[in-house]
Amino acid sequence: MPKVMGRLLHSHEGKLLLVVVALVIFLSVTTKAFLTAENMLDLLTSYAFSGMLAAGLLVVLISGGIDISFTATASVAQYIAMTVANHYNIGWVEVIAISAVIGIACGLLNAMLIGTLGLSSIIVTIATLNMFFGLLMFFTHGNELFALPDWFVNGASWVVYTDSQQNPYVFNLQMIGLIGAFGLTAILLTRTNIGRQIYALGSNVEAAKRVGIKVFQLNLLVYGYMGFVAGIASLIQAQYAQSVSPNALVGRELDVLAAVVLGGASLTGGVGTVFGTILGVMLLAFLQNGLLLLGVQSYWSQCFTGAVILIAVSALAIERQRHRASARRVMA
Amino acid sequence: MSQEAVTRMPPSAPPATAATRRVPLSPVLLRLFTLLAALLVLFALLLGDKLFNGAAVRSMAFQLPELGVLSLAMMIPLLSGGLDLSIIATANLSALAAAYVFTHYGLTGGGAGVLAWHVAALLAAFCVAGAIGLLNGMVIAYLGVSPILATLGTMTMVKGIAIGLTHGGVIAGFPAFMVFIGNGSVFDVPMVVIVFVLVAIPVGILLTRTPFGNIVAMLGSNQQAVRYSGIDTRRVLVKVYMLSAGLSAVAGLLMMARFNSANAAYGESYLLITILAAVLGGIDPAGGFGKVSGLVLSLVILQLVSTAANLLNISQFLSLALWGAILLGVAGVGRTWAWLRPMLSTRLGR
Repeated sequence: MPKVMGRLLHSHEGKLLLVVVALVIFLSVTTKAFLTAENMLDLLTSYAFSGMLAAGLLVVLISGGIDISFTATASVAQYIAMTVANHYNIGWVEVIAISAVIGIACGLLNAMLIGTLGLSSIIVTIATLNMFFGLLMFFTHGNELFALPDWFVNGASWVVYTDSQQNPYVFNLQMIGLIGAFGLTAILLTRTNIGRQIYALGSNVEAAKRVGIKVFQLNLLVYGYMGFVAGIASLIQAQYAQSVSPNALVGRELDVLAAVVLGGASLTGGVGTVFGTILGVMLLAFLQNGLLLLGVQSYWSQCFTGAVILIAVSALAIERQRHRASARRVMA
Repeated sequence: MSQEAVTRMPPSAPPATAATRRVPLSPVLLRLFTLLAALLVLFALLLGDKLFNGAAVRSMAFQLPELGVLSLAMMIPLLSGGLDLSIIATANLSALAAAYVFTHYGLTGGGAGVLAWHVAALLAAFCVAGAIGLLNGMVIAYLGVSPILATLGTMTMVKGIAIGLTHGGVIAGFPAFMVFIGNGSVFDVPMVVIVFVLVAIPVGILLTRTPFGNIVAMLGSNQQAVRYSGIDTRRVLVKVYMLSAGLSAVAGLLMMARFNSANAAYGESYLLITILAAVLGGIDPAGGFGKVSGLVLSLVILQLVSTAANLLNISQFLSLALWGAILLGVAGVGRTWAWLRPMLSTRLGR
């Protein structure tokens, strides 16, 4: 057990955990509202969309690529799924299937373009972001969908517990989506052969090719998975927002990227864990929520978030430099 | 001399022979010129006089420089193998600094006083930009943070400062000089175009005709090798990001002059478009290769598509989609051509 603890403290996740725990302790001492079941459940619900996307993006980053287009993919998926749901008599299964298929299709398109054009993944996905978003805005004229089917608006939630003041604590779709996305990603990355291949691809493309990993097929899977998660997350978000707006999601892609990177995933690939990503999302969520509860003007919240990102990536870089230096000493 | 040859040529390129030297255009420029010509013919058939008249050309000329200067600000870090996501945030905060000086310290005295007032406002903008550039450069060069992440952090923080100080509001009401820069013309040439030319030409010279430009491009090819050849790469990187921030400030002042106001969130949709424009203009996103001339051509193409879409009464968003498609299409054509050429040349050779 001490061995595990020691290893944890030396890893990035361990240090991040300490930071998150310190933040939680600080906020629960200074504010009354922070460490309450109600606030935590609210946070889970409102950060479900970002969290799910972070899980998908983690897989892409580990494979050594990057995806910027997922917010546009999500916008397209939720708009089409909800338009179909408004016109035809369909239920949850069909809606989920439609948005998943659209998400996967967009992801596969990204992977095929990356594999054939010889452009880096960031350039291709910036281009497809503009294509998906531009076409969506062109065909929808930017019109929002306010009227959604009743069964969708009502969603599904289960009251788990009711306190003495009759406040219900519910378990809802957003939480299912969030837990599902992280669970599925964890299984994919740590319990399957494909997960090991994704790590191998991100660590060293050339070596991965030499051992017989089919890079193109694996990329199809990675970007397809990102698209799939974006498609499902878009439904979760539409259910939470109770409306669909074609331009509400695009522009949030860099926030999600920041959360994943805070969690220790490297842009050069091969590094990153689901646990770290969860901590990264938690850190940003707690920070923004905490600033609000502390009574800091909401105008300044973004400035603090930026400072935290800057400090965290600097700390990570210094840590990695030290690792490399000690590795050199061992070699010499 | 040999140093120049090393920086300009891709590692795999064959040595320049007399035959290739006679061709004045690089393949990238040739491709862009072909695309531009094709688009001009297409739009001439579709639109005719509606596109090729004074008013349409003038409106294009007024719109292009903002994105142009921002793309230059993105281009320099791209050449060095990095990226600067904080350009828009820097542009807005610099413009807000200038706007603050303009609106809070109004000097109405003599000519010298007014001049000092203008200079102070512009100085404020460039000081803010310089500080942001220095921060970016230090974090990237000395701490070894990847440029995307470092500038993502500063982008969020700088925008946060701008929002925090202004509460998201607009600062407006500037002296006639700024309004003239934004909306005036000299001999029918918009001032914004003159500013763009005055910025683009020195940047082009700096990047291709000076030791500094060579080192920046070499950094993009192989940072380790540059360091081993005795150049302090960290100082160069700091300069790269300060230059990028300075150009962002110019862009911010241009936006401020055009809209006659400054705000924390102007031009945000330009951010990823600048990368798109630079890559379309032949700048290698991995660093090392690219020229201002290519960038200017790609900007003209993007602006042409956008204006034509506007005149055809097509939504601006479709031109956004077209921009993405053009980038992928050009890359696709280049790829297919590279694949076809060996086959064709062997066929023709026989």
